[in-house]
Amino acid sequence: MAVSGLVFIGFVLSHMYGNLKALSGELAFNEYAEHLRTLGEPLLPYSGLLWIIRVGLIVSLVVHVGSAVVLARRAHAARPVKYANRKYKNSSFSSRTMRWGGLTILVFLIWHLLNFTIVKINPAGGETNNPYRLMVDTFDLWWMTLIYLAAMAALALHLHHGTFSALQTLGLTNTAAARSRARAAGWVLAVVVAGGFSLVPIFTLLGVIS
Amino acid sequence: MASNVDVSGNTVLTSPPVQQSDDAHGYYTPGEPIRDTKAPSGPIKDRWTTHKMNNRLVNPANRRKLDIIIVGTGLAGGAAAATLGEAGYNVKSFCYQDSPRRAHSIAAQGGINAAKNYKEDGDSVYRLFYDTVKGGDYRSRESNVYRLAEVSTNIIDQCVAQGVPFAREYGGLLDNRSFGGVQVSRTFYARGQTGQQLLIGAYQAMERQVAAGTVTQYTRHEMLELIVADGKARGIVARDLVTGEIETHLADVVVLASGGYGNVFYLSTNAMGSNVTAAWRAHRKGAYMANPCYTQIHPTCIPVSGDHQSKLTLMSESLRNDGRIWVPKNREDCDKDPRDIPEEDRDYYLERIYPSFGNLVPRDIASRQAKNVCDEGRGVGPMVGDFRRGVYLDFADAINRLGEDAVREKYGNLFDMYERITGENPYQVPMRIYPAVHYVMGGLWVDYDLQSNIEGLFVTGEANFSDHGANRLGASALMQGLADGYFVLPNTIREYLADGPFAPIDESHPDVVAARTSVEDRIQKFLSINGNRTVDSYHKELGNIMWEYCGMERSEDGLRKAIDMIRELKADFWSNVKVLGTADSLNQSLEKAGRVADFLELGELMCIDALNRRESCGGHFRAESQTEDGEALRHDEEFAYVAAWEFGGEGGQPVLHKEDLVYTAIEMKQRSYK
Amino acid sequence: MRLTLKIWRQQNASAPGAMKTYDLDGVSTDMSFLEMLDVLNEQLQSQGEEPVAFDHDCREGICGSCSLMINGQAHGPEVTTTCQLHMRSFKDGDTITVEPWRAAGFPVVKDLVVDRSAFDRIIQAGGFISANTGSAPEANSVPAPRDKAMRAFDVATCIGCGACVASCPNGSASLFMGAKITHLGELPQGQPERYSRVVDMVAQHDAEGFGGCTNIGECAAACPKGIPLDVISQLNRDLRDALRQGR
Repeated sequence: MAVSGLVFIGFVLSHMYGNLKALSGELAFNEYAEHLRTLGEPLLPYSGLLWIIRVGLIVSLVVHVGSAVVLARRAHAARPVKYANRKYKNSSFSSRTMRWGGLTILVFLIWHLLNFTIVKINPAGGETNNPYRLMVDTFDLWWMTLIYLAAMAALALHLHHGTFSALQTLGLTNTAAARSRARAAGWVLAVVVAGGFSLVPIFTLLGVIS
Repeated sequence: MASNVDVSGNTVLTSPPVQQSDDAHGYYTPGEPIRDTKAPSGPIKDRWTTHKMNNRLVNPANRRKLDIIIVGTGLAGGAAAATLGEAGYNVKSFCYQDSPRRAHSIAAQGGINAAKNYKEDGDSVYRLFYDTVKGGDYRSRESNVYRLAEVSTNIIDQCVAQGVPFAREYGGLLDNRSFGGVQVSRTFYARGQTGQQLLIGAYQAMERQVAAGTVTQYTRHEMLELIVADGKARGIVARDLVTGEIETHLADVVVLASGGYGNVFYLSTNAMGSNVTAAWRAHRKGAYMANPCYTQIHPTCIPVSGDHQSKLTLMSESLRNDGRIWVPKNREDCDKDPRDIPEEDRDYYLERIYPSFGNLVPRDIASRQAKNVCDEGRGVGPMVGDFRRGVYLDFADAINRLGEDAVREKYGNLFDMYERITGENPYQVPMRIYPAVHYVMGGLWVDYDLQSNIEGLFVTGEANFSDHGANRLGASALMQGLADGYFVLPNTIREYLADGPFAPIDESHPDVVAARTSVEDRIQKFLSINGNRTVDSYHKELGNIMWEYCGMERSEDGLRKAIDMIRELKADFWSNVKVLGTADSLNQSLEKAGRVADFLELGELMCIDALNRRESCGGHFRAESQTEDGEALRHDEEFAYVAAWEFGGEGGQPVLHKEDLVYTAIEMKQRSYK
Repeated sequence: MRLTLKIWRQQNASAPGAMKTYDLDGVSTDMSFLEMLDVLNEQLQSQGEEPVAFDHDCREGICGSCSLMINGQAHGPEVTTTCQLHMRSFKDGDTITVEPWRAAGFPVVKDLVVDRSAFDRIIQAGGFISANTGSAPEANSVPAPRDKAMRAFDVATCIGCGACVASCPNGSASLFMGAKITHLGELPQGQPERYSRVVDMVAQHDAEGFGGCTNIGECAAACPKGIPLDVISQLNRDLRDALRQGR
């Protein structure tokens, strides 16, 4: 769970960085998208590295979801009778919503891949072979932006607890100070990643990117 | 009575005591004197070594054929179960709690004594021995106490090896503190939770043996009868507290490590479930009960706040190392905010009366003086009945001298506990304390091998009349429990077991059937009385009688009155108690009914013992026996003996057997802490 | 003050249970929560109803017997044990819900009493240092660094009450286990069995039906002894090291 989570943290960080290319305009963005495919050439074939990364991500996803299912089932079995009254003392909202949040992100991920990668659905009906235009068309629709922002909120929550939790599971938070640092890392990643991702849809909707 | 005066002015006994007074006449039957036939002789420092050597061994191959029942899983019981399990015996361990880890040893706070002399402050085995005998007011056995002091050092080694996290100095070596009126630093501690850490150590050692298959643990089981077959203790009848099933467990030997009976006072620092039943059932089967009146009242408890009170909470007396005890000089100041009472209007009475020991005088003196000032009307805190029952324990000086952080480091958990219970912040307002029943030195009579007068019945820890004499020093209960469990019992029980395995008996043996039937009948009786009063109400009333007349100060008239009242209460109990529920399920009222029924009988015996002992010694203060200054006055020439009481039958009088105490290594001295 | 109590009543392990409502008057703020239940039980008995069964013993916060879920929180609203919770934490007219610990590893025995023997079995699996009586070396022959000894002590204060399990949304006993693993692992004496201990205890924990830890932190918040969450990190680290060593 923790290791696959860390893989995703690495992924979303670099993905977010790539998205910000959109701020530099159509050319830079599309060049970046193409560059991802030529990276590693000629040692690797076209899209070679991209597929290696994709396979790594798919494996991580299977591990991550698989572990989540196991944990959820164990949790369910561990408390067959629920409390009639339940009040939480000191846990974060994010920590208690990892399962629902994770599911939200998974559903979003499917749409997101259909939207930009696999089928390339342009909800505005425009062209689909120009990554930059596809993106702008998508985020010019206010409701699409809203869906993406909602997903980013879910991602922020997931990262907020997930980062800390991964470090804790890996046994890296053995002191109170290390624990606070891990918590802080969770906050930073949540804000940076979700915030970074959100800039593009927001700027597109506002017309900064067009 | 022969005695002479030595060069230092001390009275030295030269012949056995002869009792002149007979206050308890008519309440008891005089019996034959007894003596400890296992008592070793020779130079005191060699006695235990020689005795261990002389005790026979049990072949390792035979050990697994020998069954040992141990009742209780506190320090004495848990340590014994672990050690005997390690040795390869077949151990069955019983406790009424849901886990062995919950035994009440866990609540001991202050520390454990050991003659390690790590501080190089003049401590030694001999000094610990001497202090313990003196602290016990010369009412303990010399040989036993010396053995206790001798094995004390092994206990620390053992506990450290188990991972008990004792306090350490910066260099990583063990730290010590001075404790409870002793002038050397020999107390090892784990902040204010030493008992917990020691018990968890013993518990873990025992659980390791459970995993190894040598110990079987029976939790939520209460021993309700001792099985004595053909003159030997051969098992117990226990009730599974969850299913209500009455079970018979047979063995080659039975060890009672069932703790003390302080709950006879209803309010005490004991756990709610602490009871005398295991010991009392054995007493009724013939085991002598020794010195039942010796009760330790602990001076530093949180005062009673009202009628609903179910127990009293002790705070470690280590608090007396830095706290100063006082009350207002004038009664009219008693309800004032203590911080508004100027220094000159405060009476630091312990420092005034005992300038050399001050606030560190022994527990009984600190307790009685607190009672005295409260009886004078100078107590503080809420009115409970006609008195304010509390004195101040003030840390203002310590906070000024050491800083609040240093005080927090030392006593933080105790201060927090105090604030949680009282709602007052002791860093700002002086604590209020009052004495409460804490420990009983009395218990089942045992010989040097810890065997009672019933063959095959061994008794350890607080349940035996032990090594503390008439009073126990602070941090010595943990020492005795672990000494018995780890080092003494395993080396003495083998002498008995060397003759085993004993002829097997089965459940159809008439003595087994009788024991079982008596338990079943008693349970049916409780459930069928169907009267009007709850068990708790009887317990409370008994407690009030005991505290009033058999508490810190006892008098002839009071004790006689108490005996009458207890007899009446007992008769009422058996005709008017109300126990709801069934016998075949978890039934906490039924459990309590059995315990209170036994407390009622014990209470009467305690009063008779206190009435007979017309002297003041340690935890027993008779109003008729005090100096002009109101200090305890012993009468060695009459009472230098152990009072071992034999059950006199239902409705009969108890029989008093005396075991004379002979001192060869130490001279008896009248105690002085001035 | 006057209270309305909603209490779980269940005759035995196999019988169905239900919440029952009781009114209780004359509660004083100086009472502990358990003394308040004592008063209720006296009242119930006088009405011919069986008293509410609940575990309790020392009533000074150290034995770990008491175990009530009060208004949805293990040991109630303060960070302490139920026996040390006082009625001054409540107001006149309050409704208080009292439930047993809920966990598959802690089956209900009766009313509010649960069976926590799973904790004993986890300790049996490895929560000890193997040191037979009499085999110990001189206590000061192995110094233990003071800071490590202090950390060992801090986490050794666990009372085994089970509040961590009761409050954990996953029903995990990781805090309990982590406390023991950290306690023994911080001391030089605990090193020889350090890695087998963690593997064996975790295996037993899982076999008892406790859930997995997702580091939510309710356990540490509910722990009356303030055992911090970093013991779970320590457990994980020791487990990782153990697995790396092929245990």
